[in-house]
This record gives sequence, C-alpha cells and structure tokens, in this order.
Amino acid sequence: MPELFVSGVALGALAVAAFLAALTRGPALALVYPVSALAAITLGVVDLRVLLAGADVAARLPIGLPGIGLHLRLDSLSAFFGIVINGGVLAASVYGMGFDRAKELTPRVEPLFPLFAAAMNLVLIADDAYAFLFSWELMSLASWALVVARHTDPESRRAAHLYLIMAAIGTAALLFAFGGLAGPAGGYAFDTVRAHPPQPTVAALVLVAALVGCGSKGGLIPLHAWLPLAHPAAPSHVSALMSGVMTKVAIYGFVRIAFDLLGPPIWWWALPPIILGAMTAVLGLLYAVLDRDLKRVLAYSTIENVGVIFVALGLALAFSANGQPEGAAVAMAAALLHVLNHSWFKSLLFLGAGAVLHATGRRDLDGLGGLIHRMPRTAAFFLVGALAISALPPLNGFVSEWLLFQAVIAAPALPQAALHFASPAIGAMLALAAALAAACFVRVYGTAFLGRPRSAEAAGAHDVPLAQQLAMGGLALLCILGGLMGSVLAMALAPVLDKLVGAALPGPGSGPTPFSLIAFDPARSIYDAPVIALFVAIASLTTLVVVHRLSERRTRRGPAWDCGFPDPSPATQYTASSFAQPLRRVYGAAAFAAQETVVMPPPGDMRPARFSVVVVDHLWRVFYAAPGRAVIGLSERLNVLQFLTIRRYLVLMFVTLVILLSIAAVTT
Amino acid sequence: MSRLQFDVAHLLAGGMLVLSFALLYQDRIIAVINVFALQAIALSLSVAWQALVQNAPHLLVTAAIALVVKGFVVPFFLQRIVRALQIHRGIEQVIGAGPTMLTGLGLVALSILLVQPVGEVSIYVREDLAFALAVILLGLLLMITRRNAVTQVIGFMSLENGLVLAATGAKGMPLVVEISVAFSILIAFIVFGVFVFRMRERFDTVDVSALDRFRGERRDVA
Amino acid sequence: MTRDLVVQFLAQGAQMTLVLLIAPLAVGVVRRVKARLMRRQGPPLLQAYLDLAKLLRKESVIAEGASWLFRSAPYLIFALTWVAAALVPSFASGLMFNWAADVVALVALLGAARALLALAGMDVGTSFGGIGSSREMMIATLAEPAMMLIVLTLAIAAGTTRLAGVADFFIAEPFAVRVSMALSLIALVIVALAENARIPVDNPATHLELTMVHEAMVLEYSGRHLAVIEAAAALKLVLYFSLIVCLFVPFGIAGPDAGIPAFGLGVLAYLAKLLGLAVLLPIGETSVAKMRVFRYPLFVGSAFAAAALAVFLLFVSKGF
Repeated sequence: MPELFVSGVALGALAVAAFLAALTRGPALALVYPVSALAAITLGVVDLRVLLAGADVAARLPIGLPGIGLHLRLDSLSAFFGIVINGGVLAASVYGMGFDRAKELTPRVEPLFPLFAAAMNLVLIADDAYAFLFSWELMSLASWALVVARHTDPESRRAAHLYLIMAAIGTAALLFAFGGLAGPAGGYAFDTVRAHPPQPTVAALVLVAALVGCGSKGGLIPLHAWLPLAHPAAPSHVSALMSGVMTKVAIYGFVRIAFDLLGPPIWWWALPPIILGAMTAVLGLLYAVLDRDLKRVLAYSTIENVGVIFVALGLALAFSANGQPEGAAVAMAAALLHVLNHSWFKSLLFLGAGAVLHATGRRDLDGLGGLIHRMPRTAAFFLVGALAISALPPLNGFVSEWLLFQAVIAAPALPQAALHFASPAIGAMLALAAALAAACFVRVYGTAFLGRPRSAEAAGAHDVPLAQQLAMGGLALLCILGGLMGSVLAMALAPVLDKLVGAALPGPGSGPTPFSLIAFDPARSIYDAPVIALFVAIASLTTLVVVHRLSERRTRRGPAWDCGFPDPSPATQYTASSFAQPLRRVYGAAAFAAQETVVMPPPGDMRPARFSVVVVDHLWRVFYAAPGRAVIGLSERLNVLQFLTIRRYLVLMFVTLVILLSIAAVTT
Repeated sequence: MSRLQFDVAHLLAGGMLVLSFALLYQDRIIAVINVFALQAIALSLSVAWQALVQNAPHLLVTAAIALVVKGFVVPFFLQRIVRALQIHRGIEQVIGAGPTMLTGLGLVALSILLVQPVGEVSIYVREDLAFALAVILLGLLLMITRRNAVTQVIGFMSLENGLVLAATGAKGMPLVVEISVAFSILIAFIVFGVFVFRMRERFDTVDVSALDRFRGERRDVA
Repeated sequence: MTRDLVVQFLAQGAQMTLVLLIAPLAVGVVRRVKARLMRRQGPPLLQAYLDLAKLLRKESVIAEGASWLFRSAPYLIFALTWVAAALVPSFASGLMFNWAADVVALVALLGAARALLALAGMDVGTSFGGIGSSREMMIATLAEPAMMLIVLTLAIAAGTTRLAGVADFFIAEPFAVRVSMALSLIALVIVALAENARIPVDNPATHLELTMVHEAMVLEYSGRHLAVIEAAAALKLVLYFSLIVCLFVPFGIAGPDAGIPAFGLGVLAYLAKLLGLAVLLPIGETSVAKMRVFRYPLFVGSAFAAAALAVFLLFVSKGF
C-alpha cells in the first residue's frame, strides 16, 4: 500500500508540473525537467522494491466509472516495465535539463512532457479496462501533441495526422479486445477477467485484436507506417521516449493480455506474433538501410526491434502452450531483456541524434561527417549505442539476442508441424536481421561521425552541454554494464518469469562462474560475458604492449593514401546511399522493386550524367493508400445521404423500422 | 537392413536431391544437361545398391538402363542437337534463381510433411519416400519455371528419375524393370519428337543430313 | 587435483599460443601451394612471419583525418579474432574455458571484429574504404543466415551449442554417413570462403580497387597497424579451418580428462588436419575464377539452400 501511495504522489507531482508549465512561459518552463527526473527516480525505486519483493500491491480508488471505480495494481510485470519506462524518462529529463533556457524551451513541448511520462506510468498500474484505456489514450494524445509541436512544418502535420488515425484504430481494436475479455457479464476489472478466461473462439479474436491494437502502437508491420513519420517529427528527447519507451508500453499491453488475462495459451496463438514479428524485423531494417534521414533510420530500427520482441513473445506462447516451461522462460527472458536493452540503447541513439541536430542543424546523413573530431564525447557514446544495437558482444544487445537464438534453437522440440518448420525460417530471418542491423549502423555511424565533413554545418559542429552528455553517458554505461551483468538482470527477472510462464532461468550458481548466463542447463549452452570481455581486454592489452615493444613506435601523419590519388573534396567519399547500394542491389529488387536508372550523355556532350533510384513502398500502397482511397470513395458515395428529400428520409426511417420489427419477430 | 546400408542408400538419394537443386540453379543449357547426366548416374548407383541390398538382381537391369540411356545416350544426343541447332545457350527463367530456390526449399518441406504418417510403419521408408517425392516436385518446378523446351524435357526426365527412385526404394515392387524401360522409350520419343518438330520448323526438312551442312566453321546459306 | 588444474590451465594457454603461432605458417602453406599450382616457385613457407616482422619495423603513416577509432581498431579486431580462435577446440575438447565457447557467441565475436573493421574503413573518408565496408557488410548479411542454419543443424544433432560438446558428440557417434552433415559441411565451406575473403568471393592478392573487399577496408593501414590486421586475417583463416576440423573431422581430439600424451597426439592430429586443409584451399581457389560482386547472392545463397536442406533432412531422420 505505501508503495502505491508514493507512486501516486510522484504522478501527482508530474501532473502539477504539467499544469504549472502550461500557465507559464519562458525560462520557468525548465522546471518540468528536474521534477520529471525526481518523479522518475521515485517511481523507479518503488518499482524496483516491488520487483525484488515479488509481492503485488493493489488499490481501488472511488473515481472513474460509477459503481466500478479505478483499480490499480503494481505487480512484478508492471514493476519491471515501470523500471524500463522510468529509466527512459530519467534519461530524457536529464537531457532536457541541458536545453538552453533562453532559446530552446517552448510552451508546446515542456508542459506535455511530464504529462506523457505520467500517462505511461498510469498504463502500467491500471488494473481494469477503463483505467487502461483512459491512460492509453492520454498517452497517445500527449505524444500526438508533442509530434505536432512544430506545426508550421508540413511534414510534422502529415505525421501527426497519420499518427492520430493509427492511434484511433489501435484504441478501437483494444476496446474490442477488452470487450471480448469482459464477456457478456461486463466485468471489466482485470481480476474478474482472470477468474473467467474466455472461450477459445473469443480468445482467438481477442488475441488478434490485441495484436492489432498493441502492434500498431509498437510498429508491427503492416501497422508501422506512422512510426517513421511521427518519431522523427517530435523533439529528440521526446523521440527517445516514443521509440524507446512508448513502444514498450505497447509490448506491456500485449504481454498483459496474452500471458495474463487470456488464460492458458493454445499453440497456434504463437503463429501470428512470430510471423508478423519476423517479417517486421527484416522489412524494418530494409527500410532503414535505404533511408537517408538520421532519425528516420533510428525509427525504422525501432520497428525491427519490436518485431524481434514479438518473435520472442510468440516463441514463449508456443513453448507455454506445449507444456515446456523452460523453453518459455528462455524466450520470455529474451523478450523482456530485449525490452530493457532496447529502451537503453535506442534512447541513447535518439539523444545522440538530438545532439547532432542541435550541433549542426542537419538531420540528413549526406550532410554530416567527421563529427568524431568535433563532438568526441557524443561520438563515443553513440558508438556504444550503435555497437549495442547491432547485438555485438560484450554489450547488452547481444545478451537478449543470444537468449532468443537459444530459444529458436530449442524450437524444433515443439511438436506442431507449423512451429517445427517455422524454426529454421525464423532463425534465418533473425540472423538476417542481426546482420542487417550491423550493416545499417555501420552505415549510420560511418557516414555521420567518421570520414570528412560533407557540409559547412558539420565542419562547424561543437559538442553539446554537460547535462546532455551526462544523459548519454549514463545510458552508454548502462549498455556496457547490462552486457556484462546480463545474468544478474536475468535473475532479477525471475519473479516476472515465474508469474508469466511458470519457470525461470537456471541461476548462475550451477554454472562455472557467478556471472554466467545459462539458457537451459550448463551442459547445453552458457554465455559468460565477463569472462569473454576479460579475455578480449587482456588480449588487446597484451597485443598493444608487445607490438609497441617490438615495433618502430613512430607514427607519421600524412595525407590519405587513396591509391595515390587523394581527392581534397569530401564529396568523393561514400555517402549514405552509396553505402546502401550493394544491399539495395541484393534486396531492393525483391522488397521494393528498386530500380536504378543512369542517363549518360554521349562523349563530348557537357551535360551532367543523371543517376536516379526509384523505390516503391508496396506496404504503403496496399495497406494505406488503397484502403484510404476506398474509404474516401465509399464516403463520397454515401454522401448522397446528405441530400435526400424529406420524403426519402421518411422512407429510410420506415424501412429501418420495418427491418428491426421483422428481426424482433423472427428471433422471438 | 543394417544402419550402414541405409546410410549409403540415403547418401545416394540425398545426392540426387542436391543435384535436383543444382538443376534449378543453372542458367546454361549445356550445364543443365550435364547435371542431369550426373543425376542419372547417381540414380543408377542408388538402384544398383538397392539391388545388392534387397537381393533383387532384376533391379540391376534398371540400373544399367538408367546409366546407359539417361546417363550417357540421351545427354550425348541432346548436346549434339543443341550445338547443331544453335539453340539459344542461355535459359530464360520465369522467376529469378533466388525465389526458385526458396520455392524448392518449400517443396522439400512439403514432401517431408506429407510423408510423415509413413513414419509409423518404418522411419527408413519414410526417408526414402521424402527424398523421392522431393525430387519429383523439384522436377515439376524445373518444368514450370523455364521457358526453354529442352529444360522442360529435362525436368520431365528428372521427375521420372524420382519415380524410379521411389519405386526401387520400396521392396518387391513388381514390373519395375518393365516400367523403367517403357518410361525410357516414352522419354526418347518425346525428346526426339520435340526436335523433329524444331528441325522441321527451322530447315523445312527432317533429313538429319541437313544438320551436316551447319557443322564447323563453314556456314552454307542454302 | 592442483596438478590437474595446472595442467588444464597450461593446456588452455598452449591452445591460445599454438593458434597464434601457427596462423602465419598456414598462410605460408596456402601461398606456396597456390604458387606451385600456377607453376611458380612461390615464397618460402616462413615468408608470412618475415612479412609481419618487416611491417613491425616500419613506420606507421596515418591519414590526417583519421581518428582514435582508426588507431585502436586493429588491436581490438586482433583481440576479438584471437579470443574466438582460441576458444575453438583444436587438440583437446576438455580445456578449462571450453564452456565459454558457444557457437552463437563465436559467430557474434567475429561479427564484432567485422563491424569494427568496416568502421575503420569508413574512418579516413575515402571512397575505397566505403567500397570495402559496404561490400563486406553485404556479404555478412548473406552469410549469417546460412551460418545460423548450420548452427541449428549441429545443435539439433548434438543437443548443445557448445563447440566442445558438439566435438565430443561426433567423436562418440560411430562413423555413419549422414547427408545432413555433408550438406552442412558444404555450406560451412562456402561461408568460410566468403568470410575469409578468398576466391571466389574476394581476391586476397588483388590490387584492383573494383575487385577488393577486405583489401579496400585496410588500404590506409601501414606499419605495425597493418601487421596486426594481417595477423588477425591469418587467425581468422585458422579459426575457420579449426571450426571445420572440430565439427566435421574431430578424430584425434583429446576428450575431457585427458592426460599429456593424449594432448600430444591431439596436437599432431590437429596440425596434420590443418595442413590438409591448407593444401585443399589453394587447389579449390585455382580451379575457379573470382565472381562478380552481384553474383555473390547466388553463391552464398546456395550455402543457405544447402544448410536449409540439411536442417530439413535432419527433421526427417529425427522425426518430430
């Protein structure tokens, strides 16, 4: 009880800060960030206590729907996601404290920031459908308002428009899902739902609706199109929250419905998340690799990671349904750890992108370059984030990828043929996604930070204020520690895993060292990050020392060799689209009907040659443009109903009345 | 049958399956003909091994027919005719090599799924049938994804290889030899029929000596 | 007990040093055999050691625009490759840290080395570095799914992803002809050729920019940095040799709890197998030509098809 009280106070503080900020202007707006940071710390500590204690805390407030009230519950699942969310909010708030008070604060952004943070936390502790949907909508609206903050920019307006439509579709689907869960008796409190799990057909419909609702917020294909438009349009620290944290709230929604409220799973429930997740993972990165805007690339990469998490959740459902709790524990641990890891490194990358935008004013990759010399600390932190998201050891991204691969390798033990044959396909697609992620982030880092500056703005960049560096540095440190202490994090997850799938990962006690991460049992697979990191560190130091002893230690600086033809113009170095060309040639034709055209004038002609690439977004055409046109066409047809004569309106009413009376006659 | 006998049988059958995939991968007619010849040789080895293991000497006749007719005679004549008629050496594909291979993998998965119920009888027979069914389906895939008559005929012959593999794998199937001979003659007629018609089209004659005028460096315009 | 522990520790250290010392010799054998096949005399077998020593003595010239990443990457790449190579069981499967060598982690360590190399290639800001990095990452996206399927095949067959566990399993099983293993071997050989920048994927001896992948990324390195990178490339070759040997020809590897005579036998068997592979590689390389960059998907895709077939055939044999 006292935990929920403290949380309530923190949430109230956030609301008050939002309210006060809405009333003021100018430098006073900066108050929201310290308040948000403190609130995030408080909420995080409360969540940590509840997670480690393993006991739920619940409360019922008499506000809300009459006779039902507002149910709140903080259990281990909510606590874990709360830690994820509040960590992100803390990092974004610290980043926000570095804003220039005279120039960078605006009443369109600052008052909404604590509101957004509070709404996300409320979703996690909601224990009935009304509270859940209310906070979900509040979260969507607050983030929408943040997306549309730069309302003079037509891109932002378009992004906000699409976001609003997708959010409405998502909430409608969730309404349907909760309606199905509540059943004809209408019991909307989650406790009532847990006591009466729905029938198999209803459960299937609820699962699909939940997948649509939560998937659209998370960015699952084909409901993903709003994400790469909306996330970059918001201010950078808000993008970090939207990508790194709000998508996790969507995942929380799906986990809560699929693993807690729906009751015992059936094996084919696993197929939609697995198939959609795998497709999302690969397609998201194919989009990312071809895109030239720094923040949009990061948004597409978020889509990929959400896909990977859904694959892990699907595998957990499959193992659970087949009565293999150890496999389910490995898959679920992979999903939850990826949730945590992704929130850290994606927030880090978006904050870094914000730093680059702040320093150079440019977001396009082809206008950046050489920033490692001009923004050394940001470059170092961004490097950690880029290596972490590429799932490279010994950073944290690899811990969750390793667990997921172990779950996929164990998947052939599942008896159903569809799952059985899906496992090599899923394994191949996940491996492809991992390799594409590495390619994508080598491209981003190599173009933006390495090489020579491609524009005057990039050449004139400077590093960002201390608070922003602190935010990024803290997240980078978490990425490194998360990689080394992966087994500790997995142990902390044990109460959540027990609750959701009924088993937990074997503790490191049965392994050779206290920090080994064990998947099923020590004889089968172990990943020991600290040992490997120690070996690598010792090996590199030894090599450094030995080579320096044995070698000529002189180093001379000179112009680049470049095969003897160094070109002073930075325009001759590889651009982002050049780097993507091999990948575009290999995958672009299949996925996007990518076509290159080169128009070369004949020798002697002084006109420039033209190179153009046409990339077709099939998903947009089929799932967005076509239904959009259909809806508009249908509404134009139905528009006729606005212009009927009075007699025709009477005819309509008469016909409807007769039909309803006939239905009543037939059904009694 | 002992484990080693089955393993060798499966090695040979697996070799045929890999060669079926190799057929899908090629983009030149001569290479397709050569790979088909290799597959026929693998088939004859497999049938000969079955003859040894099942103690069925009549299967050796089938093996000999497969080796001589499909391993040497038919490929040899096909190569001659292809070179003489200067049939376009590259093969136009309906869909690219990548999607074709992925479809092939899907067909192999389908065959494995289909023969799963046989596992209750004998898991060794199940493996045999899975291989054979996969070779048949891949032969069909080859036929439908190529625009060239020669490759379509080769696809048909590869399909027949799969049928013979299935037939000889099951113990005691009657009339295997007779069926093989009949099939081979049928194939020979189809192949020669196709080329007779092409010759007719191109040279207005089916006189084989007309081919001699187009040999070598000289080109008589007649 | 303590004596056992000391022996184990020394054996593990011996594996790490053996792999390091043998790598330039393996490269030397490959070059010599290749030259002989082309009817040339070829360099002496120990030339690679002499080349490394020469590079160490030379001054290192670094481009003016290069950053700290460029200067530190060679050491990290070398360390990652060396640790990965040292974890593959070569002459014994029961070494002290054998449990840390999980195939998935090994592949990821090599991926980390590759990402760092690609970043170093982009660092100086020339177009050659871009060519090398972009092509290298593209080849990686083709090779990783095939590698994953190979790992899946081995894990289904052996029940574990630990390399030592897989080696022990294949030593224990009676010699049985398995189509799945043959297909996995073909797939692994193709992936190894692609990853090690050998013909037909990349020519390690080329000087033409349009044909370079690995060479383009390391174009700007000289002196001691280049020595470290060349050593890392040699180690990667030995790693893949050791992987093929450990997974598919594991005879002679000393089992767990083996004594020193078994270790000695293991070392001899390992060196013999390595020599065999070092002779087979140039024979393969001189029989084919390097292929166009945009034919790589077809080539590495055939590795993927072979590995997928291997998994499916294993499903048939093991049932489900």
